[in-house]
Amino acid sequence: MRGVLRGVFLRKFWDHDLAWSFRRSPVTVVAAALTLACVGAALLSPWLAPQNPFDAAALNLNDAFKPPAWEAGGERAYFLGSDNQGRDILSTIMYGARVSLGVGLASVLLSVLLGVSAGLVSGYFGGRIDAVMMRIADVQLSFPAILIALLIDGVARVALPSDRHDAIAIPVLIVAIGLSKWVDYARTVRGSTLVEKGKEYVQAARVIGRRPLAILVLHVLPNVLGPVLVIATINVAIAIITEATLSFLGVGVPPTEPSLGTLIRVGNEFLYSGEWWITVFPGVALVTLVLSVNLLGDWLRDALNPKLR
Amino acid sequence: MPPPSLLSLSRVSRDFDVSAPWLNRVIERGPRRSLRAVDEVSFEVAGGETLALVGESGCGKSTVARLIVGLYGPTSGRVEFRGRRMQMIFQDPYASLNPRWRVKDIVAEPLRILNTRKDVSELLVQVGLSPDDGEKYPHEFSGGQRQRISIARALAGEPDFVVCDEPTSALDVSVQAQILNLMSELQQRLRLTYVFISHNLAVVSQIADRVGVMYFGRVVELAPTAQLFARPRHPYTRMLLDAVPDLAMSGKPRTPIAGEVPNPLAPPPGCAFHPRCPHANERCRRERPQVIDNVACHAVEERRINLAAQPQGGF
Amino acid sequence: MILEIENLRVEFPSRRGTLVAVDDVSFAIAPGEVLGMVGESGAGKTLSGLAVIGLIEPPGRIAAGEVRLEGRRIDNLPHEEMRKLRGRRIGVVFQDPLTSLNPLYTIGAQLEETILTHLPLSRTQARARALALLREVGIPAPESRFEHYPHQFSGGMRQRVVIALALAAEPSLLIADEPTTALDVSIQAQIIALLKRLARERGTAVLLITHDMGVIAETAQRVAVMYAGRLVELGPVRDVIHSPRHPYTAGLMGSIPKITPQRNRRLAQIEGAMPRLNAIPPGCPFNPRCPRRFERCAVERPELLPAGASAAACWLHAAS
Repeated sequence: MRGVLRGVFLRKFWDHDLAWSFRRSPVTVVAAALTLACVGAALLSPWLAPQNPFDAAALNLNDAFKPPAWEAGGERAYFLGSDNQGRDILSTIMYGARVSLGVGLASVLLSVLLGVSAGLVSGYFGGRIDAVMMRIADVQLSFPAILIALLIDGVARVALPSDRHDAIAIPVLIVAIGLSKWVDYARTVRGSTLVEKGKEYVQAARVIGRRPLAILVLHVLPNVLGPVLVIATINVAIAIITEATLSFLGVGVPPTEPSLGTLIRVGNEFLYSGEWWITVFPGVALVTLVLSVNLLGDWLRDALNPKLR
Repeated sequence: MPPPSLLSLSRVSRDFDVSAPWLNRVIERGPRRSLRAVDEVSFEVAGGETLALVGESGCGKSTVARLIVGLYGPTSGRVEFRGRRMQMIFQDPYASLNPRWRVKDIVAEPLRILNTRKDVSELLVQVGLSPDDGEKYPHEFSGGQRQRISIARALAGEPDFVVCDEPTSALDVSVQAQILNLMSELQQRLRLTYVFISHNLAVVSQIADRVGVMYFGRVVELAPTAQLFARPRHPYTRMLLDAVPDLAMSGKPRTPIAGEVPNPLAPPPGCAFHPRCPHANERCRRERPQVIDNVACHAVEERRINLAAQPQGGF
Repeated sequence: MILEIENLRVEFPSRRGTLVAVDDVSFAIAPGEVLGMVGESGAGKTLSGLAVIGLIEPPGRIAAGEVRLEGRRIDNLPHEEMRKLRGRRIGVVFQDPLTSLNPLYTIGAQLEETILTHLPLSRTQARARALALLREVGIPAPESRFEHYPHQFSGGMRQRVVIALALAAEPSLLIADEPTTALDVSIQAQIIALLKRLARERGTAVLLITHDMGVIAETAQRVAVMYAGRLVELGPVRDVIHSPRHPYTAGLMGSIPKITPQRNRRLAQIEGAMPRLNAIPPGCPFNPRCPRRFERCAVERPELLPAGASAAACWLHAAS
C-alpha cells in the first residue's frame, strides 16, 4: 500500500518525463512561472510587500490617490499608486491575492473531497445510494452556484451571532463555495467509476479478496482522477472569481481582510473620477492569476497520465 | 471411491434484473423484467483436469465463470468449492491490469492480501518475463505479455484452481500458442485444475480433458474431449463443429447453421434450440429436455439422430 | 486485373524517425477472385487496404509505389476524385457492423442514399434496387426490414446490411477488413458463404483482410502473408497452407490449433514477437526468430522469390 502510494505520487513528480513534457511546452512554463510568482507574492506578502496596507498606523492619508510611479505625480514607494486611504496598491494586491488564493484553494479542496467521495460511492455501489445522491445533485444543479453560495452565506449570517461574523466569514465562505461545486466532481467521477467498475482489473481485485473500500481508493480512484484535476484547476479560477463576486457584492470576506474582489469593488467607486489604477491593477492581477492556474492545470492533467509518456 | 471433485455446480441459475428504472416503471406501468443468463447448470470438476466450456456469445459461459469464482452469487442452485484457493484470468489484456499500477504491485497484490510466500521476481520469470519488467507500467507491454502478467498475478495467490475466461481470444495466433503452452506447463508443474472458457473449438480440443457445450444459458452436452469431437451427439454441437472453418481444406460439404440465437428476453418454449434444429419435433417445442447421460436433447434420447454420420468439423 | 498494387510503401513520420508500416508490397487481383491478406496485428494488412481506398490518416502517407484500379492509377488522385471512386468502384466492409452503420437512419435510407449518390436512378428505382440487394444478401422479408434501424438487427444481419451497402453501386473491387471477426462462428460461416457467392456471381474482385487463416482457407483462392509491413509469401491458398515456403508462414500454420484426434498438448510456437515498426532488424525482418536462418538473412533483405507455385521472400529459395 505504501509502495502504491509512493509509486503513484512521488515517482511521478520527479520522473524525468514530467520535466521533459514541462520544458516542451513554453506556454506551460510561462503559466507556471506566472502562477508561481503570484502564489509566491501572495504567500510571502507580509515580508515582500512594501507596506502592510491593513495596519492603520502605517498609513498616511497625505499619500492618498497617488497615481502609478510612471505617471506624473507618482512615487516609487507607491509603485502602482495608492488608494483613497493611502494604501499602496501593490501591497493590497499581494495581500488580497493571498486571501483570494486561500479561499479559492480551500473551497476547491473541500468540494473535491466531497464530490469525489460521493461520485465513487455512487458509481460503485449504485442502487438507492446512487439514486438519492444523484437526485440531490440534480436539484442542486438547477441553481446557479453563486446563488447557492449566497444562500449558505446568508443562512450562516442569520444563524451566527453578529459579533462572530467577521471571524467566521472566511470559513463560511469556503464552505459555501465548496458546497456549491461538489456536484461537478461527483458526476464525472461517478461516470468514470461506472466505466472502471466494469473493467476486469476491478474484478480481478475482487477475486483476490480486496474489500470494496480498498478497491475504490487504491484501484478506481487513481484512474478517475484525471478529469478531476482539470475541473479542479478550472474551479480554482472560478472559486476565486466567485469569491471576488461575493466580496464585490459585499457579502464575502470581511473588510478587514479584503480580497482582490473587494479591492475591485472599492476601486470601482473611483473609476469615473479618474483614479483608474485603484480598480484596474487588482483586476489585471485577478485575470493573470486565473489564467495561469488554468494553463497549469491543463499541463498537469496530461503530465500525470502514464499512457501519454 | 474416486476423490471428491474440487468444484461442483448443482442446478445453478443466475438471473439479471433488466427492468427499466423504477421511475420509468411507475410512470409507464411496466413490468419487472429479468434475463436468465445461466439456466440450471450442473457439472463437477475433478482435481488436475481441464474442463472447457464452449459456446457462442451470449450463451452464458462467462457468467458461469463468474459464478464459479464468486463475483456473482447464484439466484438458485449451489456452487461448492472444495479446493484451497481459486484465482481467475480474464479475457481482455488491456482492461485486466490497472493502468496506474506498476507491474510488480499488480503481481504482488494477492501476496499481501492472501499472505502467500511467493516472490514477485520469481513469478515474473516463471511466466516468461524478466524481473526488471516489474518496474514498468502495463501499457509498455504487448497483449501477450500482459496476459503473462495476469497469469503471474493469478499464481501469486498460490491457487489450486484457476478459472480462465477466454484468456487467448484477444491475442494473435502465434502469441496464443505461446500462452497456451505456458498454461499447460504451469498446470503440470504446479498441479493446477483449470476451467477454461472459450468460443474457439480448436483451442479447446487441444487443451481440455472434458468439454461442456453451452447454448442459451444451458449446458447441452458434456463429454470427454475425444468423444465430443469424434461423436458429437447434440444437434447444436454437431452444427458448431460444422461451422468451424476447415483449415485442412478437405472440401467436405457443409450445412451452415440456419437462423440466429433467440432473444434472451423472449426464450423459446421447450428446447431453446428447437427453432434452428433440423430434428425438432412437437415434443421439442413443448418440453424442455432434461440432461440424460450428459446430453440435453429429445432427439438423442429418442434415438432419432443418426449418430454415425460425422459432421465435417469433428474427426 | 481489377486491382494492381506495385511496390506500395506507406510511411508514418514520427518523433523518432520515419516508420515504414507497409514496405514494397505488390500483388494483383483478377475479376471474381478473392485474395486473402493474412497477418498478425501490426503487420500492415489493414493499412494496405486503407492505402488502396485512400483513407490513410495524415501524417501517414503513401510514400512510393502505385495503386491501379482497372488499369487507372488511383493513389495520386485528388480528394474529390477519390471520394467519388469510393463507393462507386470500390466497396468497403469494416470489422464492426455496429459502428459502420449510422444509428440514426434506417438501413433503407442509408442504402437508398448510397445508391442515389453513385448511380443515376430515380428514387423508386433506387428503392427497388435496395430491396433486391437486401434479398441478395439474405435478409428475410426485406420490405418489412427496410424501415428498421441498425440496432434492430442482430450482429450477423447488420454485417449483411453493410455488405449490401458496399455492393450497392456495383463496385468492381470489394475490400473486406476483418468482416467476420466480431461475429460468432456460426454466423461467420454464413457471411463467408455470402462473400464467396457474391464474388462469383458478380465478378467482383475481393481483398479479404483477416488474421484468421481458417476464414482464408474457406474463402480465398490466393493468399498474401504479411509480416512487419512486408509481403513474405504469396500463392494459392492450398499451397501456402499445406506447404508453406516461408518459415514464418510455417511457424504460423504450426501454431494454429486444429481439431485433430491426437492430443498434442504442445502447439508449435515461434519464439519472440513481431518487431515493432521502430525496431525492424536489418536484412530479413523475420531473421531473429527464424529457425532456419543463416548469415545472409541478417544482412540482405530478400525480395519475393519464386518457390513452387507460390513466391516467398526468403533466401532459402534463392536460385543458387
